[in-house]
Amino acid sequence: MVTRTEPERAAPKRGARAWTAIVAAIAALLLIPPLIGSLSGGTDGTQLRGLRFLVPNAPGGGYDITARTAAKAMEDSGVSGSIEVFNLPGAGGTVGLGRTVNESGNDRLVMSMGLGVVGSVYTNDSPATLADVTPIARLTQESEIVVVGKDSQFKTIDQLIAAWKANPGGVPVGGGSSPGGPDHLAPMLFAKAAGIEPKAVNYIPYDGGGELLAAVLGNKVAFGTSGISEYRDQIEAGELRVLAVTAPERVEGIDAPTLKESGVDMEFTNWRGIVAPPGLDANQTRELVDAFVALHDTPEWKEALERNGWTDAFLPADRFGTFLAAENDRVAKILRELGLA
Amino acid sequence: MDTFSSLMDGFGHALTPTNLLFAAIGVLLGTAIGVLPGIGPAMALALLLPVTYAFDPTGAFIMFAGIYFGGMFGGSTTSILLNTPGESAAVVAAIEGNPMARSGRGPQALAAAAIGHFVGGMIGTILLVLLAPLVAGLAVGIGAPDYFAVMVLAFVAVTSVLGSSRVRGFASLAIGLAIGLVGLDPLTGSQRLTFGIPQLADGIDVVIVAVGIFAVGEALWVAAHLRRTEQEVIPVGQPWLGSDDLRRTWKPWLRGPLIGFPFGAIPAGGAEIPTFLSYVLERRLSRRRDEFGKGAIEGVAGPESASSASSAGTLTAMLTIGLPTTATAAVMLAAFQQFGIQPGPLLFQRESQLVWTLIASLFIGLVLLLVLNLPLAPVWAKLLRIPRPYLYAGILFFACVGAYAVSGQPVDLIVLLVIGVIGFFMRRYGLPVLPAVLGVILGPDAELQLRRALQIADGDWLTLVSTPLAVIVYLAILVLLLVPIARKFVKRPEKEREPADH
Repeated sequence: MVTRTEPERAAPKRGARAWTAIVAAIAALLLIPPLIGSLSGGTDGTQLRGLRFLVPNAPGGGYDITARTAAKAMEDSGVSGSIEVFNLPGAGGTVGLGRTVNESGNDRLVMSMGLGVVGSVYTNDSPATLADVTPIARLTQESEIVVVGKDSQFKTIDQLIAAWKANPGGVPVGGGSSPGGPDHLAPMLFAKAAGIEPKAVNYIPYDGGGELLAAVLGNKVAFGTSGISEYRDQIEAGELRVLAVTAPERVEGIDAPTLKESGVDMEFTNWRGIVAPPGLDANQTRELVDAFVALHDTPEWKEALERNGWTDAFLPADRFGTFLAAENDRVAKILRELGLA
Repeated sequence: MDTFSSLMDGFGHALTPTNLLFAAIGVLLGTAIGVLPGIGPAMALALLLPVTYAFDPTGAFIMFAGIYFGGMFGGSTTSILLNTPGESAAVVAAIEGNPMARSGRGPQALAAAAIGHFVGGMIGTILLVLLAPLVAGLAVGIGAPDYFAVMVLAFVAVTSVLGSSRVRGFASLAIGLAIGLVGLDPLTGSQRLTFGIPQLADGIDVVIVAVGIFAVGEALWVAAHLRRTEQEVIPVGQPWLGSDDLRRTWKPWLRGPLIGFPFGAIPAGGAEIPTFLSYVLERRLSRRRDEFGKGAIEGVAGPESASSASSAGTLTAMLTIGLPTTATAAVMLAAFQQFGIQPGPLLFQRESQLVWTLIASLFIGLVLLLVLNLPLAPVWAKLLRIPRPYLYAGILFFACVGAYAVSGQPVDLIVLLVIGVIGFFMRRYGLPVLPAVLGVILGPDAELQLRRALQIADGDWLTLVSTPLAVIVYLAILVLLLVPIARKFVKRPEKEREPADH
């Protein structure tokens, strides 16, 4: 009995020490990189300080990359001191939107968002809406493409529209977003403009552009709608054929007409922008808007646009607000027609 | 083909001191991230992206590859020791690994997992080198009907791990399927079982379910019995794999990649389903089937090997067709794009040096991970000598950290505790926990693929048997179902004669 107690007592101590060491090691490994990142900001007295950037989807998503890229460009160019970027994903961005609306009066918080959040407000029945927030700036936009695999029977957009009109159910459309997202809205608006009942469109959602790519390459869907930048390489390699772009003008490097040229009166781009909480006075709003105007002029941001293949679509404050309201109406109308809003 | 010389060239570039340092940092970080539940390699990579932007792309990707494989290695450590899976792919490791650890065979379980990862990763990476172009072509040919057939196969296979009582097994499966239903309907966007809580709209993360049922449920169960039961001292066995263990594990190690690699390479594959299939396969093939559930080393070796091989398969699909088949691969794809490199059909021509250096660094990373993890196995195993009240307090702490880390929402902690209570009552009424976790993983996938297949075919049910692969899989399922029945018919006369003799 006596001999037994000793190792039993000694063991926990050794174990506990190892435990502490492990916890400390893990904490150090995980904490050091972010700390280094946050210490590297400028120290100029006139710059914006203590800004926090809310990302309403998971790390690695579109809003996340936009926010982190913008934050880095603002820090590097001295527009702002160090910026804390944090993620609050959930319900297509409406969890983050709810938080932003709740932070009424907070002039040190901005949220990255885009067209997807506009749709999510309706599909998720979100109590917080985009009418509540303070629009700060639209930053980028990207055309959607109507795309098929290289072996597809469809060679031109006219062939596709004819077949689609003849039998909407038999022409499955794939997209990388859930209902309410850009890849879902694009074919619905396209159908409507081409004279097809949106409700008849057979839309198949895939989990992001990657899964959709496999379905389009393998001809599992008749055609796909997607953002351009994800597929540039496959288009260049001849694996994918673009039948049309949804932007108002042709896109450089893509050999395809616009939908407008093809006789479908519809234009559509997927855009991303920045909003702030409600309840800001004119001075507070101007300070935030000025920071993003300054960001737009920095060489760091221009270089980031090029690197990521984003199209500059800067619209400050009120003009973004007007645009946001128009987009909101358009999305609400089509989703209502589909019974989703 | 000059594959071999390109690879040797890649080794030349990867074996510089700087790149070796990146690989070492990657595997260390990856292991740490894998050990913590909730923080997966995908999130780690995303958070590191801005930091690595200053590096040259080669170094950054070598580090990312290290994190990716390291996460797989680390995930099984907590699974085995604490019954708390760090990643969803490591759930299976808990089933056999934890009983092993509790009977004093923790070091063996950890070593079997580490070597399994090493072998699986090696074979997977070799397959990546040899089969890259072929896999790319085949992967896109697989459609929703094929996936659904594979899901049905997985469900049928699951019934064999339902435990001793079929009714309890199915009840547990039903609990899992119900948890899997929570969230937005993937096709129409309507809300299911979300009770108006927006945080539930994206569904409940598998890691939260697994940690809740395994770790929290277990902690509650132990807490409820701690006062009445004698505190058993976990015996400390020999720290290395014995020759008997090796005899039992080498075949599972080699079989794992055959299941894991193809699943990693196909668009909706991932690492979870192959680990389950590998577990079921090892259980069926093992001569010591009675040991399963009580700590059979084959049940650790096979699935762990499959999970690493599936990572290699994932990289194959990403590098050759620019197809991210898992969340981690999607973040890596974004990373490539940040560096102005577009993975896809042109990558091997345009960035041949980078790709081969990356592949070479996968081999180097695996060796580093093995060197790091094997000696650590007995050290980790000492954790279990912490007295149970402290040990389970620690487990609860890590479970909560993990659940919170998944998306940083306090709601997840409540969900974790609710699922933990469900896990407690499942133990109380003798329900096996594995089918529940399987239901959460397989249910939503099977539903999505079935509905997608039908939608593409405009409602024609015949589409489900319209592809050769689907037909083959259904035939395999038929064989699986018929063999036990046939065996019964053959055996029954003998059994009936026996009592007649007495």
